[in-house]
Amino acid sequence: MIEIQNVRKSFGELEVLKGIDLTVQRGEVVTVIGGSGSGKSTLLTCINGLEPIDSGRITIDGTEVHAKSTNLNKLRRKVGIVFQQWNAFPHLTVLENVTLAPRKVLGMAKAEAEAIAEKQLRHVGLGDKLTTYPSRLSGGQQQRMAIARALAMSPDYMLFDEVTSALDPQLVGEVLETLKMLAEEGMTMICVTHEMGFARDVSKRVAFFHQGIMAEIGAPDQLFGDPQHPETQKFLANVR
Amino acid sequence: MFDTALTANDLVFLAKGAGITILVTAISVVIGTLLGILFGVIRVQLGPVWAAPLTFFLDIFRSVPLLIQLVLGNAFVGMVLQLQISGFTVACIVLSLYTSAYCAEIVRGGIDAVPEITRRAARSLGLTWGQDMRYIVLPLATRVALPSWIGLALGVMKDSALVYVVQVTELLKSTQILITRLQEPLFLLLICGAFYFVISFPLARFGGYLEKRWSND
Amino acid sequence: MFNYTFQWNQAFNRLPQMLDGALVTMEIAILSMALGIALAILLTVFRLSGSRPLMAFATTWVEIARNTPALFQIYMAHFGVASFGIHFSPFVSILIGITFNNAGYLTENFRGALKAIPDTQGRAGRSLGLTQLQSFRYIIAPQMLRISFLPMTNQMVWAILMTSLGVTVGMNSDLYGVTQDLNALTFRTFELFALAAVIFYLITKTITLGGRLIAARLFRY
Repeated sequence: MIEIQNVRKSFGELEVLKGIDLTVQRGEVVTVIGGSGSGKSTLLTCINGLEPIDSGRITIDGTEVHAKSTNLNKLRRKVGIVFQQWNAFPHLTVLENVTLAPRKVLGMAKAEAEAIAEKQLRHVGLGDKLTTYPSRLSGGQQQRMAIARALAMSPDYMLFDEVTSALDPQLVGEVLETLKMLAEEGMTMICVTHEMGFARDVSKRVAFFHQGIMAEIGAPDQLFGDPQHPETQKFLANVR
Repeated sequence: MFDTALTANDLVFLAKGAGITILVTAISVVIGTLLGILFGVIRVQLGPVWAAPLTFFLDIFRSVPLLIQLVLGNAFVGMVLQLQISGFTVACIVLSLYTSAYCAEIVRGGIDAVPEITRRAARSLGLTWGQDMRYIVLPLATRVALPSWIGLALGVMKDSALVYVVQVTELLKSTQILITRLQEPLFLLLICGAFYFVISFPLARFGGYLEKRWSND
Repeated sequence: MFNYTFQWNQAFNRLPQMLDGALVTMEIAILSMALGIALAILLTVFRLSGSRPLMAFATTWVEIARNTPALFQIYMAHFGVASFGIHFSPFVSILIGITFNNAGYLTENFRGALKAIPDTQGRAGRSLGLTQLQSFRYIIAPQMLRISFLPMTNQMVWAILMTSLGVTVGMNSDLYGVTQDLNALTFRTFELFALAAVIFYLITKTITLGGRLIAARLFRY
């Protein structure tokens, strides 16, 4: 369970998170929508401890992320994250990209790590690209590789930060399909996205962020069908 | 200040050495740059195959120690051709060729950095080869080449310290002569080093600034 | 054509001695590169350390190495330190001088390489649970190596060329030193130095080509 309690975060003068409360249960898929600068991406990097927070607390299965005593490297094994920029490691083959963390972080033997990596890569449809270097892959393929890379650590939670935003339109579909598949398999996921159709189809709950505040959260039918907050109404009117 | 046997005369002696350093550098950089532009353009125009002999010739200057180039130049002029030419002239000739070899590389890199499509666009507008060079290639190539060229000019100034080998008493040689006489190596070397540094450092910074500014757009 | 009779045999007879000198030249260059790379890594760490004195130390080193003649740096390592009562052998002096120069140029190079790698790479590594050190070791460093490899072979060529300056501090076992001594014996200046030039040329070409071959094998991405 991920519990976010009254989290505040500023970059200099700019307060990007103004007291966020959100609880995500195991097996739940929550999507976060909202305009740029609403703080939704920042929240994800705070959840996995890449960014410090100013106040409040975030706990993952009871472990407080920003406590001094927390071993972040250990915690991050539980929480996979995939970014908008896919960040393939260009000097490693697809297979090596995926085996790096299991081998170096979990201390897995090469063969074991490769077996897991192969399985995950096949899962995302890259079973025939194992020895290819990322520069030979399309953006969509690189993004799917990044997903497999995170999955190879067998995380309990997955965070997706606008993973389709930097892709050419024709490549968005294949990545969303991969995410859908994960959701159907019961992975606990928080997805920041601009894809409203995807949010409606996949999530159990949809949260709307506006200027650092979670203005509204609810089941997709309710949030898309009958938005309560005026900013949600405005936002949805504009994206349609 | 502190105890030194350095006299005003010695300072004048050092200043003369510094003057020679500047003079040798200036002459070699000017001639070397003109030759380098010529060689660079010829190399681009001829293409890699026909320019191979020129490329090989210039490559020698970048692959053999300058000290040996100077000794060979001196021996060739004095022993083989048996001409009475001053060490200063030999130093300038060798350093000019040395400079031209590096400069040709920079010029070629600059011209190559101008996209083929830009040049074709220029020619398709009816510009002659010369006009294309003058109005399209030159301004664009200069942006790429100038920072490197500043680095080259400073490099030549530093490398001019080697012309002592053909009996030219430039700054470092003057310093060494004084060291032998006064036995104050550290103090004298620091004066000498400071001279190079004061010229090189700001210009190198300026080159870095140009490179940064021009690579951003 | 010339009033001068070339006596190439005089030079070729001395080839074995000159090749021995070439070995010493390569030894100096290789040692100075190995030490230079190690020091450049240290100086890079200093530059990134955030500690003002360490950063100032590294910057001073780099700027002096880049803005004064290599010969000056070698003089400092030989005559300069003598003011403190330290007397190095010619071999040690030339090694220190060239190493100082290598380290300065390579540090500047590493800085550029680091800058060329996006921050997001390290972040991606850490988000997978790699420690900062592991991120550097497995993700940043290999990419730096690729960017710095060609400049490193260039610096190696420079190191070879700089060994010729050893003669100014009394070095006489390297290729230039040997050639100069032979010249004092035979006065076949042109022939001897031309032969030395050919040997230098072959060494530097071998380094350049070898570097390209290694790079092609090492960096297939």
